[in-house]
Amino acid sequence: MDEFLIVFKVSHLNFFYSLSQALGDISMDIYQRQVTALIGPSGCGKSTFIRCLNRMNDTIPGTRVEGSVLLNGEDIYAASVDLAYLRQRVGMVFQKPNPFPKSVYANVAYGPRMVGLASKRSELDELVEQSLQKAALWDEVKDHLNEDALSLSLGQQQRLCIARLLAVKPEVILMDEPASALDPIATLRIEELIHELKKEYTIVIVTHNMQQAARVSDVTGFFWLGEMVELSPTQRMFTRPETQLAEDYITGRMG
Amino acid sequence: MTQGLRATYDREYDEICQDLVLMGQKVENAIEQAMTALVESDIPLAKEVITSDEQINHLRFKIEEACLVLIATQQPTASDLRSVVAVMHIVIELERMGDHAAGIAKAVTKMEEEPMLKTLKKIIKMADLSEKMLQDCLQAFVKRDSTWARQIAAQDTEMDDLYRSVFDKLVAIMAENKKLITRATYLLWCAHNLERIADRVTNIAEQVIFMTTGNMGELNL
Repeated sequence: MDEFLIVFKVSHLNFFYSLSQALGDISMDIYQRQVTALIGPSGCGKSTFIRCLNRMNDTIPGTRVEGSVLLNGEDIYAASVDLAYLRQRVGMVFQKPNPFPKSVYANVAYGPRMVGLASKRSELDELVEQSLQKAALWDEVKDHLNEDALSLSLGQQQRLCIARLLAVKPEVILMDEPASALDPIATLRIEELIHELKKEYTIVIVTHNMQQAARVSDVTGFFWLGEMVELSPTQRMFTRPETQLAEDYITGRMG
Repeated sequence: MTQGLRATYDREYDEICQDLVLMGQKVENAIEQAMTALVESDIPLAKEVITSDEQINHLRFKIEEACLVLIATQQPTASDLRSVVAVMHIVIELERMGDHAAGIAKAVTKMEEEPMLKTLKKIIKMADLSEKMLQDCLQAFVKRDSTWARQIAAQDTEMDDLYRSVFDKLVAIMAENKKLITRATYLLWCAHNLERIADRVTNIAEQVIFMTTGNMGELNL
């Protein structure tokens, strides 16, 4: 992996909810323009982990973080960090599509308007089209830009959420089970989209679907009881994992 | 930790392994019977070996089909995936070994007189060794024992030595007495088939090592 730049450098990360420790001593590098998949049984800490990468866990009272998370060399937990800017750089897609109850156009234009990425209407139009193009949604919605986003299919709504995130020009995209609410065709569309997006963006995806991890990712991390047991190139993870725990999990002997 | 989560997969894979072992036993049988036919100049038995090769071929396709279904329906990964892929390679080797046994039987049907006794003894030795290697290798497969597989493959050197000595002897016989050329050629044909059988056992041993360790590579280079 040496030929790739490190975007995130996570060192000895511990994470605590008010009553319990959820992550123990996690260290890993996340590489630029690579898809890193995180797998593991429910409650193993993988979602908690990606939420540490854009400080989404800060919204939960009583949580505590130890260790360091560097984004392009900068500590994202430093006091001076602007959270809104951090989450602009490190966007997130959730399990259930969550578009605003506004038009398709307004959903995508919302972010750029907020952070002032486009001053003129024509610039905004261009950014909206670009983002929808990149999210592989443009052809389907170009004649319905003023319609309610909630009238789109779930798969389209999820791609709209991706377009909304791309509009603020992020560096990293975090995806937490982005296809688990979608049918197989919509799922494949998202997976194909991930292949396209990784040409420009760094992607970290949490998934319960191991075949999905195998299909979309370059690197796979296996989480177990709040620890990262194995981090291997995906091809290796699914053909000859190094640890017995990972072997047992991906062959379905444990879970 | 829950065991037995993949009971269906395990059962289907076990059935495939049972068929593979059965196929291996049929190959062993074919070698043994081809050798009996050779030693006793028993043409009807030789013909039987040739016809029953069809059963071995049939098992190959049956097992390959079952592997295909298992991959399509169960999406095996890691050591499971390696094992299924190994099985698909192994059945090809076994099927070819069946062809080699039939090859010996064909030579028997063409040989009009009894084979030369002295060389025959060494060829019997070759057959015994190849059968033993095959038997052991099937056990190593079942037990997933890569160390044993490596030891079995190492015996191929002994086989090569035996073959060389048979080869030299038969060439010498042909040089000495032209009348014996046809018989000697058929015997050489038998020996060559046995030598190939041992090579294929080595290939199976490589697959046993691959499925257990994930290491791919050629033994006995």
